[in-house]
Amino acid sequence: MENFNYHRPATVAAAVAALKKSKDGKFLAGGHTLIPTMKQGLAAPKDVVDLTAIKGFSGIKVSKTAVTIKAGTTHQEVATSKEIKKAIPALAEMAGKIGGVHVRHRGTIGGSIANNDPAADYPSACMGLGATIETNKRKIEADKFFTGMFETALKKDEVITAVHFPIPKKASHQKFPNPASRYAMVGVFLSQNAKGQVRVGVTGAAPCVFRAKDIEAALAKEFSAKAAAGTKVAAKGLLSDMHASADYRAHLISVLAGRAVAAA
Amino acid sequence: MSQSATGVGASVRRKEDLRFITGKGQYTDDINLKDQAYAYFLRSPHAHAKIKSINTAKAAKMPGVAGIFTGQDIADSKLGGLICGWMIHSKDGSAMKAGPHPVLAQGKVRYVGDHVAVIIADTKEQAKAAAAAVQVSYEDLPHVVDASKAMKSKAQIHDVAPDNRVFNWGLGNEESTAAAFKNAAHVTTLNIVNNRLIPNAMEPRAAIGAYDSGTEGYTLYTTSQNPHVARLVISAFHGLAPEHKLRVIAPDVGGGFGSKIFIYAEEVVCVWASKHVGRPVKWTAERTESFLSDAHGRDHHTKAELAVDANGKITGLRVHTIASMGAYLSTFASCVPTYLYATLLSGQYNIPNVYAEVDAVYTNTSPVDAYRGAGRPEATYVVERLVETAARELKLDPAEFRRKNFVTQFPHQTPVIMTYDAGDYGAALDKALQINDYKNFAARKAESAKHGKLRGIGFSAYIEACGIAPSAAVGSLGAGVGLWESAEVRVNPVGSVEILTGSHSHGQGHETTFAQLVSEKLGVDINNVSIVHGDTDKVQFGMGTYGSRSGAVGMHALSKALDRVEAKAKKVAAHCMEASENDIEFKNGTFTVKGTDKKMAFGEVALQAYIAHKPGFEPGLKESAFHDPANFVFPAGVHICEVEVDPETGHTEVAAYTCVDDFGNLINPMIVEGQVQGGIAQGIGQALLEGCSYDDDSGQLLTGSYMDYAMPRARNMPAVENFKLGFTCTPCPTNPMGMKGCGEAGAIGSPPAVINAITNAIGVREIAMPATPLTVWQAMQASGAKKAAE
Amino acid sequence: MPSITIKLNGKAVSGEVEGRTLLVEFIRDHRGLTGTHVGCDTSQCGACVVHVNGKAVKSCTTLAAACDGAEVTTVEGLAKGTELHPMQAAFKEHHGLQCGFCTPGMIMAAIDIVKRNGKNVSEEVIRRELSGNICRCTGYHNIVKAVQAGAQNM
Ligand SMILES: Cc1cc2nc3c(=O)[nH]c(=O)nc-3n(C[C@H](O)[C@H](O)[C@H](O)COP(=O)(O)OP(=O)(O)OC[C@H]3O[C@@H](n4cnc5c(N)ncnc54)[C@H](O)[C@@H]3O)c2cc1C
Ligand code: FES
Ligand code: FES
Repeated sequence: MENFNYHRPATVAAAVAALKKSKDGKFLAGGHTLIPTMKQGLAAPKDVVDLTAIKGFSGIKVSKTAVTIKAGTTHQEVATSKEIKKAIPALAEMAGKIGGVHVRHRGTIGGSIANNDPAADYPSACMGLGATIETNKRKIEADKFFTGMFETALKKDEVITAVHFPIPKKASHQKFPNPASRYAMVGVFLSQNAKGQVRVGVTGAAPCVFRAKDIEAALAKEFSAKAAAGTKVAAKGLLSDMHASADYRAHLISVLAGRAVAAA
Repeated sequence: MSQSATGVGASVRRKEDLRFITGKGQYTDDINLKDQAYAYFLRSPHAHAKIKSINTAKAAKMPGVAGIFTGQDIADSKLGGLICGWMIHSKDGSAMKAGPHPVLAQGKVRYVGDHVAVIIADTKEQAKAAAAAVQVSYEDLPHVVDASKAMKSKAQIHDVAPDNRVFNWGLGNEESTAAAFKNAAHVTTLNIVNNRLIPNAMEPRAAIGAYDSGTEGYTLYTTSQNPHVARLVISAFHGLAPEHKLRVIAPDVGGGFGSKIFIYAEEVVCVWASKHVGRPVKWTAERTESFLSDAHGRDHHTKAELAVDANGKITGLRVHTIASMGAYLSTFASCVPTYLYATLLSGQYNIPNVYAEVDAVYTNTSPVDAYRGAGRPEATYVVERLVETAARELKLDPAEFRRKNFVTQFPHQTPVIMTYDAGDYGAALDKALQINDYKNFAARKAESAKHGKLRGIGFSAYIEACGIAPSAAVGSLGAGVGLWESAEVRVNPVGSVEILTGSHSHGQGHETTFAQLVSEKLGVDINNVSIVHGDTDKVQFGMGTYGSRSGAVGMHALSKALDRVEAKAKKVAAHCMEASENDIEFKNGTFTVKGTDKKMAFGEVALQAYIAHKPGFEPGLKESAFHDPANFVFPAGVHICEVEVDPETGHTEVAAYTCVDDFGNLINPMIVEGQVQGGIAQGIGQALLEGCSYDDDSGQLLTGSYMDYAMPRARNMPAVENFKLGFTCTPCPTNPMGMKGCGEAGAIGSPPAVINAITNAIGVREIAMPATPLTVWQAMQASGAKKAAE
Repeated sequence: MPSITIKLNGKAVSGEVEGRTLLVEFIRDHRGLTGTHVGCDTSQCGACVVHVNGKAVKSCTTLAAACDGAEVTTVEGLAKGTELHPMQAAFKEHHGLQCGFCTPGMIMAAIDIVKRNGKNVSEEVIRRELSGNICRCTGYHNIVKAVQAGAQNM
């Protein structure tokens, strides 16, 4: 991979300043997306700004109504957090299904969300729980954050600092991994809040994470596994590749949504 | 067999393990020579294209660059091309059509990954950066990647083969087989694709070439299963240096599975270039390069038919196979879909009529050659899918249909060359049925159904021919080399023993099993035995390790040499103890004189052999032997696989697996079991996960990394308690150890067992490998739709 | 060029690295510890697994510069003199290796699994947590047995 200048600032402000000064800079968190991308030559930043030495950049806080995860928190920390397991067990379970444990030891929530890989797991949790993404500049609702394949509402010098997840009444995460990469071929994160509102975040199936509105509507009428599994999802617009055709992905969404309701 | 804790038959823990578990192994990439430079290969991004021009001027000026070479430089220095060492003749008598295979492309590239230029620089990064600055102008040509379309394609890959056909070969009696089909009461026909695989030894290929201007000799460190063969080919065919001026060292090698048998462009170029740049040249494949350029395996497209008479006896088997060779003929490519394939089409069965016709074709893909099993997995898949399907169509129990057709008399001459020497197929079947608890399958199926899963069971009764191979026989069939093996036994004055073998271990544990044989025969502690292999300067000529030959052939050579050591030592002992040689007896490491209490330990005799204070014998104790086997060996056995399919998603798990093998006598059961487990994992990989795929339109490799090529992982294998191995034993009559090869059997027997289980579970006749969730789901959709329509 | 200091197998080592230098390159090329292997370029195979501050990570996907001040343990740092780590001993005893190429990564991963899941870690958990380590030789059967046995002696 191409060489770059390595920066390791201690504050968010310094990180932003370092990035602004660079013609072609990139933030680095766990590196488990950025480094493989650079190795393949698909990214070649001149400056890499490592966020992981920033004080207070990782950590978990749980209140009565929300779980707040700071951007630098690793997947493994989320997966094993006692507080999260109590407040939103499905969120901890989801984090525990990302990659293998070595990946989870370094990969971060901020990096995963900023990257918005179509097959990544966190985006489905953000959509499925109605999370709010906090940056050094503002707060963005999940529904407005994930804008396209590998694209988000983030500005170039904007740093994710935390993600807030409202605590639902029940939730479940179901993942059907790609047999080769183990990323989600289809992943469904489903929740129902105290008011009975249902959200179904779907990853892996389309160029960008989305909410399965048809299934949400069906579940609003009747919150049952049968209602979810029985709702056919249109294959149009879904991804099709050698591992899964669009109609297979559509089928899996319904199946996993049904299982999610049963497990929630 | 001895009862000793370290002799033959004991599960001795491996002597080589210490260095591997402590990180002290020495693989090729772990070796660094003084002042070495790094090679990077610029590879073709096109499946098939004319090279109009290559401009290296800008790249040559990049920092650190020591040299850039293209096909022109190779041609200018008259460096010979890569060869295929097995001549096949077509049915019409014509020789196979071998196109040129230069080590760097000349005029044309023929697959994505083909070698266009080599860039040598002070660091890897510099070489790679300079490669990006080499300007190549290509003109695209029509390409074909699908073997089944190759003969009708517009693409013309080699001038010598206008229809891309390398040969059209046949084996067996076409007329009698046709008659058997005409008279058959039942015919089962299947169209079978044996999916293309990428070997993926975990150690990527690597090479270091070094020229010494003082001795005018070269050294090559390389990831090879057969360093002597590499030396022979580089010497005789590439013409780089005579054999005594070329030393090839294959140090610790991280798995081979066939892919490291072959002589590749990269290693030849590293050796050649080391003289041109005056520095050692090192190359280590990135995994992406391994995907593109290691020889792939399988890729057979077959129409297969089985004829059965009214009594349920198989009367004929017929195949027509199109086999992809890739863009060039690799080292042993041509023998895989011919003599390693069609000769096994009789399976374990008494089939009076067999006929095979094979069209080998060029495609614009990586070369295809031997991969674990090489030809025998393809044959077993054809036979065992046919037999299982026929049994189902005839409403016969698949186990009993097999039993009814088993060969029971030995030796047995098949209609396709092979003479099976020994076996008891019924015994293996019985044992497998018992271990598997076949009679209670229905209960297990019902239990699975309670959890919403479809359970299925599938059989595979494989036979394979390995211990490759009698030289005269393979020579008459077209092999360019003999396939004997050599061994040398050096007994040191203190009685410790060094074994030099032409076999090569890249995971098989020779340092332990060979030592066990020495311990058994000479009574020497295995810790006083060391095994030397993999270095052409140390070891006498040898043929290497593949085709499950190290035991049956390599150890046989060792056994012979040990007998010679014993004979010589007896002579020494006779002189020392002043007895007649005929009265000397040797047992458990001690020489005794018959009828007396005189005795000498093996170590004492060794010392006397060297100090030679007693007159009357030639000093020293060192013997060697070459051994050419009398026949192949014929491991056989039965696999039973049970799967659970999730009917909603198509996801398949191997719920239980039973495998019973007859490998004759076992030297080290622990190691044998390990070989079987690893082989079955590769077979389960082929059946459920692995499928190399090229894009028809672009010719690009779609499965070019672990992100898309699914490797078996720990969770893809059955739980420890559900993965059961067993053994039966009919000793092999052609070697004194009575052993058969065990290295490939697992990969040979398993794919049809898995696929037979899936088709049983979901009630379909055919399903393609790999049976991924998508494939299984689609098969269920199609059969559901068919059932609904009926 | 960043200058870094790492406590490598208990000994402080310093060196100049480039920004892009990977931890595995620092270990293998700069320090000559070749027990840590590279089996892929997409962070999937696990041949490169080492412990950084006590946690198993893929050293091919970690910058050396980001490990400044960290404690790094490689397979070479496990044995105490000639006394093998119980997990190393278990791999030998249970034939958990063939060609040995995946083995250093497997052993480092296995120790990490036991540290987090305890002595009585189940087969199911072992298999799941080995998902980031590929072995082409063994079929995993004996690796799983070795990890269970090694766990008992850790
Ligand atoms: C073998 C393997 C398997 C994997 N499997 C899965 C899986 O199953 N599911 C899954 O979801 N993911 C998977 N991943 C991806 C993994 O979760 C990554 O860790 C994650 O996607 C990126 O997080 P990171 O901290 O490593 O980010 P990095 O790689 O450091 O950064 C990724 C991108 O985000 C940017 N970025 C990082 N942090 C911030 C921030 N705080 N603010 C703004 N921008 C930021 C970077 O500039 C970069 O563009 C896998 C990765 C590997 C190597
Ligand atoms: S080398 Fe393959 S994961 Fe690190
Ligand atoms: S022992 Fe060879 S890859 Fe695992």
